[in-house]
Amino acid sequence: MTATDQIRDTIAKNDVVLFMKGTRAMPQCGFSSRVAGVLNYMGVEYADVDVLADPEIRQGIKDFSDWPTIPQLYVKGEFVGGCDIVTEMTLSGELDQLFEAKGVAYDRDAADKIRAANAS
Amino acid sequence: MPMEARDIESLIRAAFPDARITITDLAGDGNHWAAEVVDESFRGMNRVQQQRAVYASLRGSMDGPSGALHALALTTKAPD
Repeated sequence: MTATDQIRDTIAKNDVVLFMKGTRAMPQCGFSSRVAGVLNYMGVEYADVDVLADPEIRQGIKDFSDWPTIPQLYVKGEFVGGCDIVTEMTLSGELDQLFEAKGVAYDRDAADKIRAANAS
Repeated sequence: MPMEARDIESLIRAAFPDARITITDLAGDGNHWAAEVVDESFRGMNRVQQQRAVYASLRGSMDGPSGALHALALTTKAPD
């Protein structure tokens, strides 16, 4: 299977996929850590793909998404964005709306706690 | 060779001549940057489309281990 086929297969089989440096339990980069942390805290079920484990996936996901940076979040096969977009959407409540629209379970109270902790 | 704030700004400026561009050195190490780009051309685009356009203006500076730009946090929007 080519890297592109592998990527396609992973996002087809999992409602939520995070392409990241490291793993959800042991992120290897601050940006990946931040997005994994949000998903973990919000209790979202997701597949984590460690791009550091496979150079072809690492480059492949950048080409596939037309996006030069890692992490990358996919929900129901759709590219949502990288760390900055996910952070903005978390704080604005748009991420909640996306999960609701796509039928992805998440902990609303936890999301509210993140927002409360980051309220300026 | 790390990039300077003015290098980042001039690349973005070339693609978005009328944008309001703010570059911040996040860590004070000249290697972790934040850029806010506010441009009329972003109106009607979603964030992914807006940020793809900014990344495109950086022409490969973000790419891989050889990329000159190690970390760039992006915020993009159309003017209020």
